[in-house]
Amino acid sequence: MNRFAELLDRLSFEPSRNGKLRLMTDYFRRTEDPERGYALAALTGALAFRHAKPAAVRALIAERMDPALFAMSYDFVGDLSETVALLWGATGVVASRPAGSNHPPLTLSEIVETLSRAGRLDLGRLLASWLDSLDETGRWALLKLITGALRVGVSARLAKTAVAELGQVEPNDIEQVWHGIAPPYLPLFAWLEGRAEKPSSIDPAPFRPAMLAQPLDEKNFDDLDPRDFIGEWKWDGIRLQVSAGRDPSGARILRLFSRTGEETTGAFPDLADALGRIEADAFALDGELLVVRDGRVQPFGALQQRLNRKSVTAKLVSEFPLRLRAYDIIAEGDEDLRGAPFEERRNRLEAFVANSQSPALDISPLVRFDDWQTLAAARADPAAAGAGDDAAAVEGVMLKRRDSIYTPGRPTGPWFKWKRDPFNIDAVLMYAQRGHGKRSSFYSDYTFGVWRTSEAGEELVPVGKAYFGFTDEELAKIDRHVRAHTIEKFGPVRVVEHGLNAGLVFEIAFEGLNRSTRHKSGVAMRFPRIARIRWDKPAAEADRIETLEAMLPPT
Amino acid sequence: MTQKTGAADVLTVTANGLYCPAGDFHIDPARRVANALITHGHSDHARPGHQKVLATRQTLEIMRLRLGDHFADASQQIAYREPLAIGDARVTFFPAGHVLGSAQILIEANGRRVVVSGDYKRAHDPTCESFEPVRCDAFVTEATFGLPVFRHPPTSQEIGRLLQSMQLFPERAHVVGAYSLGKAQRMLALIAEAGWDRPVFIHGALDKITELYRSEGAPLCDTRKIAAADKKKLAGEIVLCPPSAISSDLWLRNFPEPRIGFASGWMRVRARARQRGVELPLVVSDHADWNELCATIADTGCSEVWVTHGAEDALVHWARMRGLAAKPLHLLGFGDEDEADAVQDAQETTS
Ligand SMILES: [Zn+2]
Ligand SMILES: [Zn+2]
Repeated sequence: MNRFAELLDRLSFEPSRNGKLRLMTDYFRRTEDPERGYALAALTGALAFRHAKPAAVRALIAERMDPALFAMSYDFVGDLSETVALLWGATGVVASRPAGSNHPPLTLSEIVETLSRAGRLDLGRLLASWLDSLDETGRWALLKLITGALRVGVSARLAKTAVAELGQVEPNDIEQVWHGIAPPYLPLFAWLEGRAEKPSSIDPAPFRPAMLAQPLDEKNFDDLDPRDFIGEWKWDGIRLQVSAGRDPSGARILRLFSRTGEETTGAFPDLADALGRIEADAFALDGELLVVRDGRVQPFGALQQRLNRKSVTAKLVSEFPLRLRAYDIIAEGDEDLRGAPFEERRNRLEAFVANSQSPALDISPLVRFDDWQTLAAARADPAAAGAGDDAAAVEGVMLKRRDSIYTPGRPTGPWFKWKRDPFNIDAVLMYAQRGHGKRSSFYSDYTFGVWRTSEAGEELVPVGKAYFGFTDEELAKIDRHVRAHTIEKFGPVRVVEHGLNAGLVFEIAFEGLNRSTRHKSGVAMRFPRIARIRWDKPAAEADRIETLEAMLPPT
Repeated sequence: MTQKTGAADVLTVTANGLYCPAGDFHIDPARRVANALITHGHSDHARPGHQKVLATRQTLEIMRLRLGDHFADASQQIAYREPLAIGDARVTFFPAGHVLGSAQILIEANGRRVVVSGDYKRAHDPTCESFEPVRCDAFVTEATFGLPVFRHPPTSQEIGRLLQSMQLFPERAHVVGAYSLGKAQRMLALIAEAGWDRPVFIHGALDKITELYRSEGAPLCDTRKIAAADKKKLAGEIVLCPPSAISSDLWLRNFPEPRIGFASGWMRVRARARQRGVELPLVVSDHADWNELCATIADTGCSEVWVTHGAEDALVHWARMRGLAAKPLHLLGFGDEDEADAVQDAQETTS
């Protein structure tokens, strides 16, 4: 730890890029495994400690000193980790125990490995004993490390460049193998020092492009045989893929991905940590991210509390506990299961979930039906059809062909989604206008559109306007989004950035739909309102005008 | 009405600073007065123009060097530990361990003992006499580093970091800022103590005071004036300069890849170091740190504490928690020595 602390200390005062590189390369050369690997992980932001948060550090000092003296000190220093590091051991700050000099010096590896096993309640005791055994620079480095804010002016790229220099390879060579290795990166250092082959660049935890369902048109039923299909609930959560494996040294690599393949591991460290403990060496599951409290799935609003957070606090984790409700298994061990029929995958999934014994994982139950009437009844009343207490979180049913293989994209035929409320679409925010009365300082009137294909290609066509259906807090957030993404202004109206690669998606609920010649889209909504703000959904996946047209009453 | 007795019977605060009516004198006054007792030579304590100045021989010498021969109409020197009657008061100077000649002043009047600390430190310094705790009823203490975040590490550790950096960057000149009175000479002594056997190159502004220290017998390492040396040839050498010089691009030009250090208690706080563009912060201070301040208050056995320049509130709060009568003085004119001496440095650099 001393050497790592010294490195961070020097980096924090070193202004030049070359100087920083030299300090890091020198450190990697002089430091042994696994210590240097954990240092590399810290510098590249690959370490996360779920319980170690600023609040825990604050609590630790609060029980040891007078609050006024702490406040004056913090005010002067301006940085929590640094303030606590400087205060530890001062007159007026209660010492936790006389520093024991019999212990071997604390290592970074010991800290990382201990913290990965420690529970929330152990944290205070551990931190206090470590702080006792370190000098001021060591305390500062420890607190920076565990609160995840090193701020020493080193990017992940620069740290990898320094490692590359160790083995005289290109930084891109490091990037190439990076996804296949995990802290403390033993195979990487072995290769850089010429003791082993280049680590395999095969990613042990890759993203596998997701398979999506098409909306069910009730006319489809005439052509479909209920015996060919398996039914499931459609959950009101967020689609999530978990991919797990091990690097050549046996270290766990686990990643969480959104349906578009964006990595979200860092946003849900508690879930990643829990799923990482599953014993199976390698697996990939497809499922729904939900907040489950006291055995019950919570409404989508609870899950939203976990989105777009800068830091994941202990409070957030305990108030909004996450769970993956799995509905597919697409890889297990060395086996790629995507080519297997769904029915077989389902059996594998049931066995996997049962064996995993993970509190963060359960299985999405099946909806039993012999004919379409039974399925329609289940969709209309999920509580009576087996969803029980979770019925409020059901937004429809899914139909999957028993023989369907896992095909990336949205193939026509194998999977259908049949939503409960037919008058619900996802649309993209296009224009915003200031509100009235107490909302006059906010952009609170929104015009939204859906996709259509024109001669010019894909474009959004406005289909309605909404100015309610959101909380004040949400309004403030949308307002910030509008201001930050304005591309043009016309009087009181702002044009908000919208396109295939950018835009905010609203789930719009409405009471009915009519044809209209006054509207460019040809349709008019009755009582549209914002049912939900889909910060997580890519604009390109909003609904198309054809979906709305299909909802029109027959002529 | 009951008369409350305490430090106020001996000392009052006037627009000019601390005043003792029984002896009709001021201590470290901010403006011209008739009788001034000066604790030490730093510019926020030793100002020019008083009618009569009483100070240690070394302080008077420093004032002469920095302020010119006519720094006061008349001056009188006083030795440590030798009491002197002034009017109805008796004063005794004791070493403060701050800089050469620095003193705390014991005033005995109206049956009470009050000590004015001036600036002081308890830590190791080969260039001046060590601080000596003096029992008193009331203690007027400085509090430059009066927050519990300030604890100065052993000087050997900081000098070790300087020498280690010299090894790591042998192709660079190590340019270290240090206040021209006291800190620079203490650094020269500490560097010698650490076994550095090459000369240290010093900025012209440090010259006169350094020679004074040497003539007083301070164990300084060999020095060379920079003006005489070619800056370009100073790779792998230690250069000492006043703090203002490390922010002067013009002056720094021509040093080979200068690595900027600064020896100051403020360097304990990272943001302070970064603000000044310091790459090698050396926490070496001539002021008491938090633990020394607390320990010294206890050592004097005082029941009343007055706190002057610095972070007064925290120390007052701490003293009150310990059941002492305590108040902040908020005296004008004592700032950060940093700023006061920067002006002095600038004058000396240009003169
Ligand atoms: Zn001073
Ligand atoms: Zn002072």
